[in-house]
Amino acid sequence: MSSHFLSLAIWVPILGALVVFAAGNEKNLARWTALIVAFAGFAVTLPLYMGFDVGQAGMQFVEQRPWIPRFNIEYFLGVDGISVLFILLNSFITILVVIAGWEVIEEKVAQYMGAFLIMSGLMNGIFSALDAVLFYVFFEASLIPMYIIIGVWGGPNRVYAAFKFFLYTLLGSLLMLIALIWLFLASGGSFNLLEWHQLRIDMAPQILLFVAFLVAFAVKVPMWPVHTWLPDAHVEAPTGGSVVLAAIMLKLGAYGFLRFSLPIAPDASHYLAPLMIALSLIAVIYIGFVALVQADMKKLIAYSSISHMGFVTLGFFIFNRLGVEGALVQMISHGFVSAAMFLCVGVMYDRMHSRQIADYGGVVNTMPKFAGFFMLFAMANAGLPATSGFVGEFMVALGAIKYNFWVGFLAATTLVLGAAYTLWMYKRVVFGAVANSHVAELADINHREFLFLALLAVCVLAMGVYPYPFTEVMHASVDNLLKHVAVSKL
Amino acid sequence: MLQNFITPDLYPAMPEIFLLVMACVILLTDALLGRAQRWITAALTLITLAGCALITYQTMDGQVVLTFSNMFVDDLLADFLKLLLYLAVIVVVIYSRDYLVARQLDKGEYYLLVLFATLGMMVMISAAHFLTIYLGLELLSLSLYALVAIDRDSPRATEAAMKYFVLGALASGLLLYGMSMVYGATGTLEFSGIAQAIYGQSANQTVLMFGLVFLVAGICFKLGVVPFHMWVPDVYQGAPTAVTLVIATAPKLAAFAMAVRLLIWALFDLAEEWQVMLMLVAGASIVLGNLAAIAQQNIKRMLAYSGISHMGFMLLGLLAGVVEGDRHFALNAYSSAMFYAVSYVIMSLASFGMLILLSRAGFEAENIDDFKGLNKRSSWYALMMLFVMFSMAGVPFFIGFFAKLSVLQAVVAAGYLWLAVLAVVMSVIGAFYYLRVVKVMYFDEPVDAAPIRAPAEVRVMLSANGLAIAALGLAPQMLMSLCAYALLGSL
Repeated sequence: MSSHFLSLAIWVPILGALVVFAAGNEKNLARWTALIVAFAGFAVTLPLYMGFDVGQAGMQFVEQRPWIPRFNIEYFLGVDGISVLFILLNSFITILVVIAGWEVIEEKVAQYMGAFLIMSGLMNGIFSALDAVLFYVFFEASLIPMYIIIGVWGGPNRVYAAFKFFLYTLLGSLLMLIALIWLFLASGGSFNLLEWHQLRIDMAPQILLFVAFLVAFAVKVPMWPVHTWLPDAHVEAPTGGSVVLAAIMLKLGAYGFLRFSLPIAPDASHYLAPLMIALSLIAVIYIGFVALVQADMKKLIAYSSISHMGFVTLGFFIFNRLGVEGALVQMISHGFVSAAMFLCVGVMYDRMHSRQIADYGGVVNTMPKFAGFFMLFAMANAGLPATSGFVGEFMVALGAIKYNFWVGFLAATTLVLGAAYTLWMYKRVVFGAVANSHVAELADINHREFLFLALLAVCVLAMGVYPYPFTEVMHASVDNLLKHVAVSKL
Repeated sequence: MLQNFITPDLYPAMPEIFLLVMACVILLTDALLGRAQRWITAALTLITLAGCALITYQTMDGQVVLTFSNMFVDDLLADFLKLLLYLAVIVVVIYSRDYLVARQLDKGEYYLLVLFATLGMMVMISAAHFLTIYLGLELLSLSLYALVAIDRDSPRATEAAMKYFVLGALASGLLLYGMSMVYGATGTLEFSGIAQAIYGQSANQTVLMFGLVFLVAGICFKLGVVPFHMWVPDVYQGAPTAVTLVIATAPKLAAFAMAVRLLIWALFDLAEEWQVMLMLVAGASIVLGNLAAIAQQNIKRMLAYSGISHMGFMLLGLLAGVVEGDRHFALNAYSSAMFYAVSYVIMSLASFGMLILLSRAGFEAENIDDFKGLNKRSSWYALMMLFVMFSMAGVPFFIGFFAKLSVLQAVVAAGYLWLAVLAVVMSVIGAFYYLRVVKVMYFDEPVDAAPIRAPAEVRVMLSANGLAIAALGLAPQMLMSLCAYALLGSL
């Protein structure tokens, strides 16, 4: 059976963006069109979840037709339990981004909304591409809208941040391109990812491939020590840009590990797992401490993202089901929580035009409703039970203890560190006496802001209390992946 | 004597003959026209090129036909390249007219020199003999020297023309010297004869190698690659933009044809030798082109250095054809190089077209800062320039990415992994200066609030050119296989 839901998930937002561009200077028209397109984009992804067969490990909703026969490149789409949730998450976050930018963005509204919609479509493409060149094309093309978003609507140092973001990621992905070409030749002329999974490769090339993929994906995740672009990009990006960056873009790197590194180079993955675990733990602990001392809220959340993503890569490279599923849950949860945290900072920034923790204090007195939401999300970020943040971290920590007690022990320190940096920031911003006259004049959140925060709050709580609908989807594919990775390809 | 004279078969050379006749007609007509009627010259030029295209298309039959005593060849490769050549020149003429009128440079000479340059390129493309290739090359070069100096009151243009002429003459000398060496070694000037002589091991290797070095130097000068690149930035900058547009686009196709005819037709059995030379040249061009482009404030110079690195990239495709005597990869590699050359011409046309669009009477757009805030002035053309820049940087979904992909694929297949890594690392460095243009267009405020005024044909053509870059990126298959198909008959 062939269906076109994946194509729709990719092209509805992109083509919709062209319509939004046509709105030109009509701000309200652009906003409403963008909202409709975003909803339409989300609506076409729903059948992917509804119609998903959880018992099946392989690819579903497959679309396959030749694209560039000269190099045997195909327009080959499909999702499994690993990727399907990210498409939904991405399309959902896009709606929030459109709502979040509603009144805040005054300049070139149509371009702003259009850029986000295009990016949404491209990222759906990344998660569903099963042809390596198609994947690469989406992967790189998504840099363009983000570069524009950071550069045009960003903060004072936006040019530096936009360049750093673009060039860092480009270097990583171009090395991956050579790895892809190498695999194309080694597989006798195919860019089909599923065929590559079956390809036998010697140890030395496997390690080189793994390293090439590592450079590309580690930059994207980002892993220590190639993480430095992220705080810059986050601080300078507009709220919507930070949300998409944290909620979706960081997941692309982690997803790449599952789709490329592990199945294509399983022996190298096992061989280099200690390195990966070490890098992950450095991200978890060292970056956790770095987050602690940040004076800028966005920077703090950016470092917290790196630390959380360290947990994700840790989960992948301990090679058990708890670890991998926990990491996937953590990715989705982090998508909600980091989006919510950045939106909260955005809400305050829109009023005060400052992200410095020191400029705040006693916000609860003037914005009680907001303080409530912010509290929930801060708790989720710290990994409090009954929030989505807990589930993933707990699963990964358990998996890590199974793998090696000390790895698990070190990983679990994140629960302490996460609580420390998040709650300390929360305390300084929200509690205490009203710090200055600006805080005293703050108005509480309006309906629009209430709407997107409430939506995210529901997601965070639902996933924290009842994660089964999320994990159920993953089981078969994760088991399949682990079985595949356990078999040597030498 | 006379009974030995056989009338050559003129049929394969019909497009050249037609163009020459029409050029003479235009020459006479233009003498009778005043400035106000100069549009007739431009229109006749376009009609001539369209007519050439029609003739070439009609006579295309996929056969390799030699004529003029095996000096001239008409094959699929020639037909295909010529069609692209006409298209490129048509676009050039459309872009240029208004620019020339605004600067009172719209003399009949411009159109005529462009036509003669086109004729030279056509002869180069169809050359099967050293003399033919030299004839075409000189016709092209002399026309270009004169074109650069067409604004004779501009000291900068005159200086550029002088520099171009002196260096070009030197390069022609090198080429001729190389040809004489090869003639000395093989005893013939015909490409097929040379190939046979080398294959039969009857040629003196030392002399042959000596000649080869000079031939490669001549080709490299025409392509404008390191270390024969010195003229490129100065000429691009000094010449009026309408002339830079000519130099930076169509001749790359002719130079590619020249490389194919000389290196692959005549000297294929020396591939192992010339590949090493091209490797050095290509590597140096990619490194130097990208690094030097970063330092440029003048966008014409920047595009010149970017062109140097692009031509280096194109050579990567040419040098990946033969691996340890195995010719299995040849078609794959050469067609990727051809695809790269064609893609570059399309992108280059659009980039200089943008410069022409932003220039107006009394104002030359030639600094990167002239693009400041373009998105505020015209978001459509900013988008087109964004396409061009990202395509040149090799970011998908644009044609430049697929050009890079096919060349890199050929290089990796040939086993030069390190060369591929060098090329992509330099591409990242190259991305910086393309991004900078996007930055000034989108992130900066405009300094020049003047609305963009250009005649309809320029706007339409530029939009079509920009959209072609995106459309060919979404569906590159046809152009790719056309390149492979055109080369197939000529290998």
